[in-house]
Amino acid sequence: MSEPYVLSMQDIQKDYFGNKVLKGVTINARAGEVHALLGENGAGKSTLMNILFGMPVIHSTGGYGGKIMIDGKEVQIKSPKDAMEHGIGMVHQEFMLIPGFTVTENIKLNREILKSNVVSALFGKSMKTLDRKAMNADARQAIDTLGVDINERQGVSGMPVGYMQFIEIAREIDKKNVRLLVFDEPTAVLTESEADTLLAAMRRICEAGIAILFITHRLEEVMAIARDITILRDGEQVAALEAAHTNVMEIAAMMVGREIEAMHSENRDVTKTPEILMEIKDFKVQMPGEQVKGVSLEVHKGEILGLGGLAGQGKIGIANGIMGLYPSTGTVLFKGEALPSSQPEVILKKGIAFVSEDRRGVGLLLDSSIEDNIVISSMHIHKRYIKKYGPVTQKNTGEIRDHANRMIKDLDIRCTGPEQPSRRLSGGNQQKVCIARALTLNPEILFVSEPTRGIDIGAKKLVLDTLIKLNRDHGMTIVMTSSELAELRSICDRIAIVTEGKIEGVLAPNDSDANFGLMMSGDYGKVIEKGEAIR
Amino acid sequence: MKERFQRFIHQFGLPRLIILSFFLALLVSAYFLKLPLNSLVSDTLVRTGMNGVLVLAMVPGIHSGIGLNFGLPLGIVCGLLGGLVSIEMNLIGINGFIIAILVSLPIAAVIGYLYGLMLNRVKGSEMLVATYVGFSAVSLMNIAWLLLPFHSPEIKWPIGDGLRTTITLTGKYDKLLNNFLDFKIFGVMVPTGLLLFFLAMCLLMFLFLRTRTGVMMSAAGINPKFAAATGIQVDRARIIGTMLSTILGAVGIIVYSQSYGFFQLYQAPMMMGFAAVAAILIGGASSHKATLMHVIIGTFLFQGLLTVSLPVANKIVTEGNLSEIARIIVQNGIILYSLTKVSNGGD
Repeated sequence: MSEPYVLSMQDIQKDYFGNKVLKGVTINARAGEVHALLGENGAGKSTLMNILFGMPVIHSTGGYGGKIMIDGKEVQIKSPKDAMEHGIGMVHQEFMLIPGFTVTENIKLNREILKSNVVSALFGKSMKTLDRKAMNADARQAIDTLGVDINERQGVSGMPVGYMQFIEIAREIDKKNVRLLVFDEPTAVLTESEADTLLAAMRRICEAGIAILFITHRLEEVMAIARDITILRDGEQVAALEAAHTNVMEIAAMMVGREIEAMHSENRDVTKTPEILMEIKDFKVQMPGEQVKGVSLEVHKGEILGLGGLAGQGKIGIANGIMGLYPSTGTVLFKGEALPSSQPEVILKKGIAFVSEDRRGVGLLLDSSIEDNIVISSMHIHKRYIKKYGPVTQKNTGEIRDHANRMIKDLDIRCTGPEQPSRRLSGGNQQKVCIARALTLNPEILFVSEPTRGIDIGAKKLVLDTLIKLNRDHGMTIVMTSSELAELRSICDRIAIVTEGKIEGVLAPNDSDANFGLMMSGDYGKVIEKGEAIR
Repeated sequence: MKERFQRFIHQFGLPRLIILSFFLALLVSAYFLKLPLNSLVSDTLVRTGMNGVLVLAMVPGIHSGIGLNFGLPLGIVCGLLGGLVSIEMNLIGINGFIIAILVSLPIAAVIGYLYGLMLNRVKGSEMLVATYVGFSAVSLMNIAWLLLPFHSPEIKWPIGDGLRTTITLTGKYDKLLNNFLDFKIFGVMVPTGLLLFFLAMCLLMFLFLRTRTGVMMSAAGINPKFAAATGIQVDRARIIGTMLSTILGAVGIIVYSQSYGFFQLYQAPMMMGFAAVAAILIGGASSHKATLMHVIIGTFLFQGLLTVSLPVANKIVTEGNLSEIARIIVQNGIILYSLTKVSNGGD
């Protein structure tokens, strides 16, 4: 292809302290075309964008490898200001608008059109007044390009979210030199019809000769609008495709596909009618950033159930809601009994335990000893590990020490002894302390959220092995929430994928990559409807 | 050797080492200025014992997560009320002391509960709010002292209405604890009963912190999110801590007064919260961590400094009456220093 690219990022590499996060990624964006950039959380999309915008975090950690060319000329982008001067614009996920200003004022912020007056003639430039007419006209033109109906003189505060998104875009395209616009998941906060309007607007922007880099996980949108597609996975460029020559399923498979380590020795016989231990119906949780919007799910006795999905889709909220840590509505039946909402004490007493995803924040008393951390829940919930003298209680130090030593041995917690403060432990060992505390409660069902987040590979395997052992040897039912699909597929019996606060579907660990990818992007239902189905 | 020395400094804390050296330097200069060392040391011991329980009142507050209880005057006025009732009933000796405490306990418990409810609504700015709650309580009680229907001539002004500013305990339970089993060694008077009472209260606190309730309260204070996930009712734990702190404030002022010989009403309790806060901070505590060792070391150092620095200052600069000015400078200086240590502790 000989036509010149507006932007060409060639063989971009980046490592953070020896940890390679980008392993040679090449992106070529053409003028007037939409180029889609796809990948799971942590695939390296944001790092790539940080490089493109010259974010300080890149340069303070040793820069990057490879080269960036704009219009065929190599450029050095050292700061976001450089990026702007090269005509690269960004539409932010979070809106950066001033609520008290009008639409025009927001669009022209810091680029106001000025006119002279008597005072400025005497006292110089800083006394010039705004040329509101010209500004409004400019703003109008930018908004018209997008094809939306927004009054440029209206105040921004109180506008629907979708409008704010468009104002944000209008501000970028109003910049005269803009050549390339980056859209970072712009449709995530929009309703379906708003998203359609946005796609139409993107087409119009392209007609004006601007290139668009479109980051999203909604595959349908990609197929509808993009010409080229680049897929990243674990920092590697898995594919560079043309949208015309591929389909949603192929893309989905490429996003997710990775070799699955078979930890699972015997896949259990899931065909026989399982006993239902917990039944969740129309469950909604108000957890900021992880809203659950109506989940129905069954947990079978003795299984390991996985909850997967992309970040922010609500998978984390389910366990937190069931444990009563965030306000929830809907029913949760545990062994046929309804659980109350927002009463962690009652729920813990029923034999449901939880290992939080926020290990250092919620999971541990960092300055307390390992043994105190292990027994404290049981002390509170079951009144164990205490001695009674009439109405007076005292910690039973001997019993606590024995139990802590046993747990340290069973779970192989590497420490200097049960008295060591848990702050001093490594991430994996801290996680084991959290698990030990949950086990001390002798739960019938254990919720584990992100058990391997932030711990190294060796420790990961140990933590997962521990979970399998609990399940196999003690028959404990485990519900594991994780962002790492591979990890879920390696130990779970069934995996429920959560998308936009709902269960998109339940899959077996050996289902195809395409199905997992489609479910995570929320396109599974749509594909089924169209009858393109799978298997 | 060097390593051991460094470890010692680390454990004991540099600020405490500096203050201790300053204290010792003052003692040495007192010796050369020919001040009576034995009575200075006796005074230090007495003041440690009489202030100790007030400082101990900081511990449940810090453990339950409300931070340093600047609202201590709230507990103090409860204690004063109990004390006045015991005088009104004309009780003497141990009976009077015990009744004073028994009467003040339920009052302090109720007030502490209400105060705890309020602190639960101002999470994050407890210490500022508490300071002004303390001030307001003192002002409110100023009105109450004028109106309360006490009849004993020892409590009321001889002419007109209202209660006296200082009410003597002579012939009631003045120095009751101080004189219990006291003895003299190298000319130093040791107030055995007073120190024993202080240590007994410390022991009770130690035992309480090891009960199930105590452990849960501390967990709620250290990490409220963790506590909530463990099913601990954080607000309830904070109320327990506030109640205990207020109750200890009440007991503390009775112990203080029997040693001082007077109950002081009106403005006197105003700044007592600050002295207690300063003492525990100097001992090495912070707004989220405090041990009984912090209480004992802190009270001793703070009161020791106050006791010894005044006569030394008076001796060096003899003109005028410097003692009051020196007291204010030293006391507020120590408070100021220790307040810089609120967030990260004395080390």
